[in-house]
Amino acid sequence: MGEFLMPSLGADMTEGTLVEWLVRPGDEVRHGDVVAVVDTVKSAIEVEVFESGRVDELLVEPGACVPVGTALAVIAASGEPTPAKAPAKTKPSKPRVSPVVRHLAHELGVDLAEVSGTGAEGAITRADLTRTPGPQHVSASPLARRRAADLGVDLTGVNGSGPNGAITVADVEAAGGKAAGGKAAGGKAAGATPVPAPVGGPVVSPAPASMRTAIGALMARSKREIPHYYLQTTVDVSAAMTWLEQLNADRPATRRVLPAALLLKAAATAVRSVPDVNGFFVDGAFQRSDHVHLGVAVSLRGGGLVAPAIHDADQLTVEDLMAALKDLVTRARAGRLRGSEMADPTITVTNLGDQGAELVHGVIYPPQVALVGLGRIVDRPWAVDRMLTVRPVVTATLAADHRVTDGHLGGLYLAAVAAALQNPEEL
Amino acid sequence: MTRATKPTTYREAIREALAEAMREDPRVFLMGEDVGRYGGGFGVSLGLLEEFGEERIRDTPLSESAFVGAGIGAALGGLRPVVEIMTVNFSLLALDQIVNTAAALSHMTGGQLNVPLVIRMTTGAGRQLAAQHSHSLECWYAHVPGLRVVAPATVEDARGMLWSALQDPDPVIIFEHGSLYGVTAELACDAGPVDLDRAAVRRPGDDITLVTSGGSLPTVLDAAQALAGHGIRAEVIDLRTLRPLDDATVTSSVRRTHHAVVVDEGWRSVGLSAEVSARITEQCFYELDAPVGRVCTVEVPIPYAAHLERAALPSVERIVAAAEEAVGSHG
Amino acid sequence: MTVGSARPDPVELYRQMLRVRRFEERCVQLYSATAIRGFVHLYIGEEAVAAGVLPHLRADDAVVATYRDHGQALVRGVPMNASMAEMYGKQQVVCRGRGGTRHLFHAPTRFYGGNAIVGGGLPLAVGLALADAMQGSDRVTVCFFGEGAMAEGEFHESMNLAALWKLPVLFLCENNLYAMGTALSRSESEPNLAVKASSYEVPAWSCDGMDVLAVWEAAHRAVELVRDGGGPVFLEAKTYRFRAHSMYDPDRYRDKAEIEHWRERDPLLLLERTMRAAGSLDDESLATMDTEALAEVDAAVAFAEQGTDEPVADLTRFVTSSGAMP
Repeated sequence: MGEFLMPSLGADMTEGTLVEWLVRPGDEVRHGDVVAVVDTVKSAIEVEVFESGRVDELLVEPGACVPVGTALAVIAASGEPTPAKAPAKTKPSKPRVSPVVRHLAHELGVDLAEVSGTGAEGAITRADLTRTPGPQHVSASPLARRRAADLGVDLTGVNGSGPNGAITVADVEAAGGKAAGGKAAGGKAAGATPVPAPVGGPVVSPAPASMRTAIGALMARSKREIPHYYLQTTVDVSAAMTWLEQLNADRPATRRVLPAALLLKAAATAVRSVPDVNGFFVDGAFQRSDHVHLGVAVSLRGGGLVAPAIHDADQLTVEDLMAALKDLVTRARAGRLRGSEMADPTITVTNLGDQGAELVHGVIYPPQVALVGLGRIVDRPWAVDRMLTVRPVVTATLAADHRVTDGHLGGLYLAAVAAALQNPEEL
Repeated sequence: MTRATKPTTYREAIREALAEAMREDPRVFLMGEDVGRYGGGFGVSLGLLEEFGEERIRDTPLSESAFVGAGIGAALGGLRPVVEIMTVNFSLLALDQIVNTAAALSHMTGGQLNVPLVIRMTTGAGRQLAAQHSHSLECWYAHVPGLRVVAPATVEDARGMLWSALQDPDPVIIFEHGSLYGVTAELACDAGPVDLDRAAVRRPGDDITLVTSGGSLPTVLDAAQALAGHGIRAEVIDLRTLRPLDDATVTSSVRRTHHAVVVDEGWRSVGLSAEVSARITEQCFYELDAPVGRVCTVEVPIPYAAHLERAALPSVERIVAAAEEAVGSHG
Repeated sequence: MTVGSARPDPVELYRQMLRVRRFEERCVQLYSATAIRGFVHLYIGEEAVAAGVLPHLRADDAVVATYRDHGQALVRGVPMNASMAEMYGKQQVVCRGRGGTRHLFHAPTRFYGGNAIVGGGLPLAVGLALADAMQGSDRVTVCFFGEGAMAEGEFHESMNLAALWKLPVLFLCENNLYAMGTALSRSESEPNLAVKASSYEVPAWSCDGMDVLAVWEAAHRAVELVRDGGGPVFLEAKTYRFRAHSMYDPDRYRDKAEIEHWRERDPLLLLERTMRAAGSLDDESLATMDTEALAEVDAAVAFAEQGTDEPVADLTRFVTSSGAMP
């Protein structure tokens, strides 16, 4: 007594078609006898019986496709009746929503329960969603969103300075008046200004021919007309770096003050001690300037060099000087300098910054009478109180016009620069 | 007291580690193509044959599958084999043994068997060896449960990872970047084993986290230096172990910096950088102030010509640009 | 087990073949009823090979097998209860439900699988033998593989390496004439497998794989040679599987007449004839052995069905030895 079932011949076989019976009711069968042929997705396979006895009844006709486990035949004298068919599956009653639409709804803040679908079988379509007005999407970083929630800032009113105009945490803090630097950033420019990399001396990358010619002519005139003398001194900037680090500690990267700003400020301040390096040599005479319009050599992306001025650099705070520097570099590279900036520097600084060289001997921009060179800040062995230690140092140079000053005054100027850097908080 | 040090190349560090392992543990032996008389395809095992003899410094025929499989069998049989495969590209000929056998045995046998095998192989580009000797397929192995995958990026790790790997009861693959073999650093004379569980912070910073490993570490450190000149303080994390990944070190850094760029010499699609980036996003989403950036090898088989190869690989410039993009100081 | 005995014990050989046969017949039934799953590759028809080779091994020797591994496992001494429970995916088993029918591994009997990559077990066997050789032991590793593996690079690499280093491996080729559905003549340029193997300077010969006594004699000589330190030996057992490659195989690539022809040389039938002729077997002892074999299978099924499932919480256990998350 028993049933002969549609066998499973593989994990992916869920049903089979009975192709042929190899036995008839009344036949004697033994364990292992092949009794039927079943068609699967692979091919027709002969299947065997695991009961011994007599075939009582064939329950499934050839050609029928039935699920695995369905009784195909009853073996032995007293067979069981054909098992009832499995009940038909019921269909889900929920309205259908595709993942895309669900996502869109989430993004738009639409409650799907309140949308009536117009698609097939009541499915909610994209069009159904857009008929329901939702809040406008704002592009903001996850951290910015969190901070906005903390500060109660409405993101829709915030200008984004991040990639693709996304609102960053700095933008939120600026809008919320909680920025560490005090002043809130005014829109995109503050966040997106490139970090300046002013350089001086010879420019190696190919510049437009006209600019190259102009630089060449000016520098040749300088070397021809101005009797240069050169001085250099190496300055311990550990105090300056420590001070900067503290100043920057709580600021986002975009609002940090770079060492360059501090060095420029020192160069500008030092002019007050030695005013004879600041001014113009015109018509055979030196005209001292009452303002320190600090020329800053800026390398251009396509090659070439300009040295526009930061006006009254000695009067600016380090932070304002930093902002002015960023602004100047951005505009220099965008080709949007003002005429006055180009015309009136009273002394120029070339700052090698991160460009690599430790020492630069500059060429004076006529009609100016001095050029200050600042090299890369590097860690070097340094004697302090007769003990060897390691300090960040920078080599400052001065190229000055012998028609106006000599080495003594020049030396005083560099000493003043060095002194200014020892007391950065006073800058 | 400071420890005495001596200048040591990455290559010498591995050699010292091998020699020490063989002196310490008689079960350890080295097997691979040209490890003996030739001294190793990259000169790592030079001189070991003279000290340890042919029985323990075994030159094999060019049969990657057989000698890697033999390493598995020998590990099952009670030894501690170190199998050298000349390059990761060649290891594909032994992929069956590594993935289907070494990695699977412990789990497939319900913990009855384990495979204490160490496989060393050279990886990476930068030496104009073109597409069949230069690829970075670490992520293929890091994909497979049952393997531990490590990538020493420093001389100290080159010295210390082997012994630690030999103590692991399961298979460990050590990726040695070909461009690192000649790198010299001061190594403590008593340098020894290092842990294989933690990533290392190679440079501290708090503006952005640069995550990398292996041969890319020097490039990333250079990029971090350049970024410092731009006022961006980058933290550099050397993953060290690519499987299992030390998420904690990476995510605790990103929680501070809110920005991350992953630098990987592998290809970008479906690679290690994708994995690291995904984990950062999964675990630090609400701490991120910008999308996680990635700098990977351009998706080409590594070309021969130096300028093309250079252009294909992650560079300081590309890393700096990605980092600036992430922190929002892009021009 | 009659390890190293000079003469075969036909009753024991018959008993072992019968255990395997009855076990696998039950597998077919259980598979059809979906109690066991995966691919199931049956050894029915090939029992003489495992039964004839394995009595020559010591307990400390090693066996590397293929995915058609039920016969080798049972004859080697892997418990039938545990083997059946493995197929059920239960906990009280050899591999805790992680291996299944094709990956029976058993450390206590040094039974190294259960390898389902054709040719994949050969390098493993070479390594096991390398460890023995380097540790000065006279242990032997027997590596079973089908003739299909001889088209794989791993066969050639392994033969070369074992011969080069004179390692104690018995390469035991079970030539059942079909690599899945591809006939030997369609996959090998040199269908004489012993000739092919001998090019590696390895002693190589063939035996009748349907005659368990012939297998016993051939393996006796081969294992002795290997154990004596002469390096590897290649032995081909010419055999035939009566069933399809796996359960889900329509067997379209063979003639029914061919199968019937080989069935006449059923290893159980051949040995029964020999023993009856020698007067060492009668109906009664045959019936007793069959009852015992079926009882062992019944007990194994009962054991497996009563087994508890490996907890899902332990899914990732054993990926690494330390149990740390992989």
